[in-house]
This record gives sequence, structure tokens and C-alpha cells, in this order.
Amino acid sequence: MIGRRALLAAAAVVALAAVGPFLPAYPLTLLTQALIVGILAMSLDVILGYTGLSSLGHAAYFGVGAYAVAIMATERQAGLLACLAMGVLLAAATAAVFGLLAIRATGTYFLMITLALGMVIWGLAFRWVSLTKGDNGIAGVPRPVLGPLDLSGPVPFFYFCLLSALVAWALMGLLVVSPFGLGLRGIRGSETRMRALGYNVWLHKYAAFVISGVFAGFGGTLWAYYNGFVSPNDVQLVTSVETLLMVALGGPGTLIGPALGAGIIVFLKNFVSVYTKRWLLILGGTYIGVILFAPSGIVGALRGRRR
Amino acid sequence: MTMRRSILLLLLGLGAAALLPASSPAQGGGPIKIGLLAPLSGAFSATGKDMLVGTEQYLDEIGRTVAGRKIELIVEDTEGTPATALTKARKLVDQDKVHVLTGGLLASTGYALQPFVDSVRVPTTFPVIAADDLTQRKPARWIVRTGWTTSQPMHPFGEWVAKTLKHKRIVTIGMDYAFGWETVGGFQRTFEDNGGQIVQKIWTPLNTNDFSPFLAQIRRDSDAVLALFVGRLALQFMKQYEAAGLKDRVPLLGGGTTTDESVLPQMGDEAIGAITALHYSAAIDTPQNRKFATAFEGKAGKSASYYSEATYTGTRWIAEAIKAIGGRVEDRDALLAALRRVEIKDAPRGPIAVDQWNNPVQTIYVRKVEKVGGKLQNTVIATFPAVGQFYKYNPDEYMKAPLYSRDYPPCKHC
Amino acid sequence: MSPEFWIAQSFNGISYGALLFLLASGLSLIFGVMRIVNLAHGSYFMLGGYVGLTVALRTQSFTLACIAAAVAIGLVGIGMERFFLRRLHNEVLGQVLMTIGFALIFQDLALLIWGGDPYTVPIPRMLTGTVRVGGAVFPIYRIFIVGVAIVVGLALWLVLDRTRVGAMIRAAVDDAEMAQGVGIDVPRVSLAVFAVGAALAALGGVIGGGFLGVYPGADFEVLPYAFVVVIVGGLGSLPGAVAGSLLVGLLDNFGKALFPELSYFTLFAPMALILALRPTGLFGRS
Repeated sequence: MIGRRALLAAAAVVALAAVGPFLPAYPLTLLTQALIVGILAMSLDVILGYTGLSSLGHAAYFGVGAYAVAIMATERQAGLLACLAMGVLLAAATAAVFGLLAIRATGTYFLMITLALGMVIWGLAFRWVSLTKGDNGIAGVPRPVLGPLDLSGPVPFFYFCLLSALVAWALMGLLVVSPFGLGLRGIRGSETRMRALGYNVWLHKYAAFVISGVFAGFGGTLWAYYNGFVSPNDVQLVTSVETLLMVALGGPGTLIGPALGAGIIVFLKNFVSVYTKRWLLILGGTYIGVILFAPSGIVGALRGRRR
Repeated sequence: MTMRRSILLLLLGLGAAALLPASSPAQGGGPIKIGLLAPLSGAFSATGKDMLVGTEQYLDEIGRTVAGRKIELIVEDTEGTPATALTKARKLVDQDKVHVLTGGLLASTGYALQPFVDSVRVPTTFPVIAADDLTQRKPARWIVRTGWTTSQPMHPFGEWVAKTLKHKRIVTIGMDYAFGWETVGGFQRTFEDNGGQIVQKIWTPLNTNDFSPFLAQIRRDSDAVLALFVGRLALQFMKQYEAAGLKDRVPLLGGGTTTDESVLPQMGDEAIGAITALHYSAAIDTPQNRKFATAFEGKAGKSASYYSEATYTGTRWIAEAIKAIGGRVEDRDALLAALRRVEIKDAPRGPIAVDQWNNPVQTIYVRKVEKVGGKLQNTVIATFPAVGQFYKYNPDEYMKAPLYSRDYPPCKHC
Repeated sequence: MSPEFWIAQSFNGISYGALLFLLASGLSLIFGVMRIVNLAHGSYFMLGGYVGLTVALRTQSFTLACIAAAVAIGLVGIGMERFFLRRLHNEVLGQVLMTIGFALIFQDLALLIWGGDPYTVPIPRMLTGTVRVGGAVFPIYRIFIVGVAIVVGLALWLVLDRTRVGAMIRAAVDDAEMAQGVGIDVPRVSLAVFAVGAALAALGGVIGGGFLGVYPGADFEVLPYAFVVVIVGGLGSLPGAVAGSLLVGLLDNFGKALFPELSYFTLFAPMALILALRPTGLFGRS
């Protein structure tokens, strides 16, 4: 089902790929950052936008992926594929364990449990000093090298992130239009109805939770390579909340919307703080403004939808 | 349709504006650009503000000109997060094309910036970041530290406490992260080398605000308590130390930040008598410090602290280096070499030069909190001139031992 | 561990729990009646502390500081609920984002008005000092906090149990639609509950400011604790708020004293476990 939306998105990707090498270094690095954070936002959309469960602890899986890469790359000098695989696997394992605790709850309780679980990962990052170096963070993560391909330059790394974002988007896109994805949307609408229809609601939600964690972890692995550095700040509550904002801003349940929202927030944060110290005020206002004026997010508004 | 159009236009506008460079690229003869990274929002914003005012105070004193060229200061907010600091550093280097990078507050920021700075080869100074290892086992080539290392003041302090105060058994209580470990570690090393014993080591989680579980554990039969806290934690700890009845029973010692002038005015009489050590005190009685501190108070409306002196002198350091190479900041290697050769004899904190690992050798002050003229101050009661980061120890031997951590030096008498 | 250790730590845990009770009791009722997720509740605590600080410094009166803070922040709460939160009934994501937006705005405003330096609220002379009972030392101020919490708890219980307004609130907690159906003005009741919850949090902020201080970041530090208390105790339940506060206060205190390396675990792991076993909290109803 290649709709008009997908064609537009493909055009945007081609445009980005063409323009990349000609951008100055700083905008290119911001664009790379937006792509990575976009993967995180899209992963949250799977559980939030499509399944209807608001998670306040999504940074946890992002962070697990990032730390896995940081530790493997600096302690074991592991290569790109090994680090990626480890990051994604550990994020999946974390989501699998946390999902068992969280999926029983709904609504506000789900929010609170995921918040608590996110804080547990933050606490671990801080306290398990022998593994994570605690507050100092892990520095010196080298940019990846894949066989003959050296991805350390800003342009090759940008292409790598663009490709990764594309793959992630394609996979998640396939998921949400599959029967499983349609089932998730049904659950978002009404769990009792789906149960009455014979769906195993718990299993659907749990699977969505774990898959969402997997892609968040994937984003995290790229984040570690991007900064060359991971610290407990990457898994703090503020990160999870900002991801929520990206999804809401872009449009929950559209996949491309949250990616767009991520881009806007990344540019907004770095752009506004140049001109004013009061950018927190502006960010807060953005949160409120989105809810008041664009409840379906930007993509929703572009489609002419108003709730 | 109009809603859609306006949103699209807004996005395009934002995108275009974001890609435009914020300032023109530098050429020889144009302004000299200094990039300052400081936490201007979030929990550390008061410190960031001190750092900014200190920098601007010095620049204003020299009329924002050095070696015939104008100085342009570009300030970026790190939000107290290393990832943001890294992004902003990239902006300062790639987009603003700064000639010198300076600032940073947290150890994590220092560790995050180190590989980046070396990869882009931009001369960088750290006026505040104190993490020991940045100028020890794995120094960065392009960074010159103009501030201090965490354990630097504690080495002479530990010796002084053992020999002059003649304390024998001390309990340490500090924040459970590298800044705390390095402070206590430095103190423990020289204190125990001079016959003292650390009988108990307590580490408090960084998010503590109620210290009662920890205060209750402090051994009442010890001679003194060495406390390391920063910012609001220092304030809370002081109050609760007194409220728990400990102030009159066990004398309080501390790392310098425990009574730093950024929190001292908010403390009450409970702080009087606390003895700490640092490379600065706003109460240093020299003409150059009095001049600096009075001017700072006039500008900022609050007392000068080591953060503001750090960037004031740090900015002077950069200016001296630029003068030494006749303003040719485009020659990065020359600028870096000049930064390493600067010596200042009359900084507000006293004389400073850097050692071969690019860390300052400077005077360490032992201070005691006293009430003078109705206000609390850190009165200097002892000085140790020309103290380096390794103190009296052989650097190679020192660096063979592990970095100070939670468990190093081990607590043999606990 | 000596008996003094256990007594001292238990008292510390109880007095910290008393402060949490002030913060969380209002939140529990707000949750119970309106099912609103308010991530700005920590901001009420922080702003209350700052307002109390200014009033205490200007007027030298701690009592006046408490009253002023409670009233001011109660009004802020009313404003938020009436003009912003009311339209987001049942929309969890919208509530989360809107209240976080307010929390950020409050944080920046506090920075603008009071600067970033930490302060402690000056407390009356008669509340300083300690009492010694046997070998144990108890700070008088912390006994005061326990006293305030008991008074507030009793007052809340009396209102809920013995007055008509209380009955209306309890009805709304049980089933808001039904309560509306039998003629209870649920929006008015909700507004009142929200105002009282905000005012109580502000009172907690002033009182807490006496020994914890007021500083930027206090809002997000105290918020997880408030939520843990409410979730563990159960939404809308006063006995739940009491039990939750005590439990969290003691757990956090003993956790920090006995296992300081695991400080977040000792708090959130039990919470996650309790919720996994009893998703509506100890005293809550589904």
C-alpha cells in the first residue's frame, strides 16, 4: 500500500541524500542527530500512537542500546555489527522484562510504571560504576568502520544514519500495516471489543512493547557512535518526555509524523538557545501549544484533521 | 488549505533559518572569536551565570581588544548535559569558527569534549572542570587546564590537618561520584601518610536531600568530619549537620565547594568554624583580589566565588597567550604552545603557571568560615605556595597507582 | 546496628513520610476525583517554597509564609485546571504534555524571579534545636513536620468523613458519572479538590524548605516520590496516602542507610513489584 504519503517521504529522503554532502558541517551534524532521534520517536509511536499506551520511560531502551555499544566498543574493541547486535539484543531483553511488569496496567498506571522503570535504568547507569563509569560517562567511542567502509567522516556517517532511519521506518511501516498492526490499532480503540473478537490483547500489547523497545535500542546504538560518548543524562526522565513531545508534535499514529517532530525539536532546541536564554520557556510553551492547537500533531493538521 | 500552507511555510522557514550560519567566517584581521560553554539553564544555571559574568568582567577591563584585534565572545548553553555541550561545541567550532574554546563545568563534559577537541585541533582551556585524570594518565593534546584538579587542594590539606590540627581519627562524608571520590581520596592519602586514620567513609547518592540517614551513622567518637558537597547539597548538609546536634560535638572540615561563596551567604551561623581548602577564597587579602571581588560584586550583585575567578583569570590567560603570539590566532599550533607558556604572577588567586601536563601549579589556601562585618567569609588561615597536581609525590609513581575512586585508597581502618 | 540506629532511622523515615504526605495527599485526591495526571505537582511544591521564602524574608513570619504560599499556589492550580486541564478529560498523553509544559515554564520563571542559587526558608527560633530522649536525638523541626501532617490528615479525614462536601468528594471518587447523575456538581468539586491539592503541596514546599531548602530542580526531584506514594497507596484513598507516605519514607530512608548504592532500586523496585501484584495500589479500587 504505497500511498501518497510514502511517496512524499521517499522524495524527502532522496532530497536529503542529495543535499547532504553540500551542507556545512554543523547543519549536517544536526540533521544526523535528527535522524537518530527520529528513530527513537518512531519507536515510541508504535506503542503510543498505534497501541495507545503512553510510556514515560522510553529513554531506558535507548540508553541500554547506547551503553551496550559504548562498553563493547571501548572495552572489547568490538566491531560495528557486534555492537549493533548487542545493543539491540540487550534493549529487547530489557523491554521483555519490563514489559512483563508494565503491560498489566493501563492509562495512568502504565505511565507511572514506565516512569519508575525508566528511573531504575537511570539509577543503574549512575550507580553501577564498574560497568558504566557512573556520572563521568563513557568517552572515546570510535566512529564505526564496516570492512572497507570508513564511516567516521561526517558525510559517510550521515548516509549511514539516513540508511538506518530508512530501514527502521520501512520495517516499522510494514509492521503497522500488517494484520498485527491493525490489531494494535483496534486495541487502541477499544480493548474490550478486541477481546470479544478473540484477540489475545495482552500478547499484542506485550509484543508491541518489546518491538518498540528494540527500535529504541537501535536508535541508541547510533547515538553512542554519533556523540562518541554516553552518560546517565541520556537516560534521564527529560529525554523520555521530549520523545513524547516529538510524537505528539508530529502526529501520533503516523510514523513519519514523529520523525518530523524529532527533527523540529532538535532544530528548535539548538536554534532557539542561540538567540535567547529563555528557551525552556519556549519549549514549555510549545508543549502547551501543541496540545491546544494541534492535538493531532503537524501531520494530522496537514491532512486537515482536527480532533 | 491555509492552515496546511502556513505550517509548510513555517517549516521551510525554520529549516532555512537553521541552515544559515549565525556569524561570518573568520579571516586574519577579523575579530578573535572565543567560544564559551556554560550551563545557563537548568540546575547549574547560577554557576553558569557566575562563569559568564567572570568572563565578561575581564573582557570589559581590556576593552574587548587584544593585540590590536577585537574579541568576539560567543556563549553557548550546555544545559548541564554533556551531549548538549558536545553539540554546542560542534557549533562553535564548525559554524562560528572560534579560535579558542573554553568553559565547561561538569567532569562528564570534560571527558566528552576531550576526544572532540583533539580531533578538530582547536586550542581549548578548562577553567573549572576539575576531573583529575584529564591532565594525568590520558591527557588531551589540545586542552590546557587553567583551573585545578579535584585532589590538588586536598593533598596539602590532609597533611596540615594531621600536623597542625593534630586530628587522628576522621570520618569522611561526600557525594557519591568522581568529584567526591577524588576529594576524599586526595585528603585520605596525605592524612594517613602523616599518621592519621580515616575511620569511616560515607557516600551519599547525588539526589539526596534528606541527610538524616547518613548523619545518624557518623561516629560520634571521631575527631572531625570531612564533608564534600556542592551547591544546594552543601547548603542542606550544613543546616542538617547542625540540626542533628553534630556541629557542637564534631568539628567540620571540608572540600572547598562545601563553603564556596556561591552558597555561603545563604548559610546561617551554622557554617561558622568550618575549615576547608581550595585554590581561592573571596577573602584573600591582596590588592588584586580585593579589586576583582569588589568589581564582581558590583556587576553581579553577589559575592565572587571560585567559579567567577576561574573564568576571569581563565580569560586573562587566553588574552596573554594571544598577546604572546602577536594576535595571530589562526596559527593554532602557535596559540596552543603560547597557552602552555603563560604565567600569571598577580591573579586574584595568586601566582599561576602550568606543569608539563597542562595543569596549574598554584597556591592552596586553608580557609575558616568566620563572620566579619555581619557577613560570612572564608578567612584564609594557612597557605601552601606552588602546589602542583601531584603534590610532593613522584608523578610516574603517582600515575601508576589507580585513580582515586570509591574504593581507592582503601579504608584500612574502617 | 544499635537500637539508637533503628530508632533514629525510623523517626527520620516517619518525618520524611510526613512531608511526603503533605505533598501527596492532595495529589491522591486529585487523581481519584479527576483522574488527571499532573506532572506540574512537583512545581507546586517548589513554587510554594519560593513564595514562602520571599514572604518569610520580608515579614519575618513563618506562619504568614505558609498561608501566602498555600493561597498563591492554590490560585495557580485553579487557573491551570479551569482554563487548560478541563478540556483534556481522559486524554492521558495530552495531560502529560500540557502539565510538563507548565512545569518547564514554572521552572524558567522561578529561575528568572529568584535566580539559580539555593536558599533555605528561615524557620522560627522555637522550632530549632533538638530534644534528647535516652541516647537518641530528635530535631524539633522534624517533630513539627510530623505534627503538621497529623493535623492536616485529621482535618482531611474529618472533612471527607463528616461533611457533605466530603461525601460529595467521596462519591466523585467512587464514580464521577454517577455522582454527576445524582446532582453533584462534579466540575465544582473537582476544582475545589485541585485547589486544595495544590495548596497542600505548596505548604509542603514551605515546610520542606526549612530543612531541604528551595532550589532549581526541586520540582522534578520530588515528583517521582509523590507519584510513588499515590500509586502505592492507591488513587483517591486517604488511608492509602498515609500508608504510602509512611512506606515510601521508611523505604527510602532505610534504603539509603543500609544500601546507599541502590538508592533508586530501593524505592522503585518495590513500587514496580507492588503494582505488578496489585495494579490499583494497596488501598485503591479498580
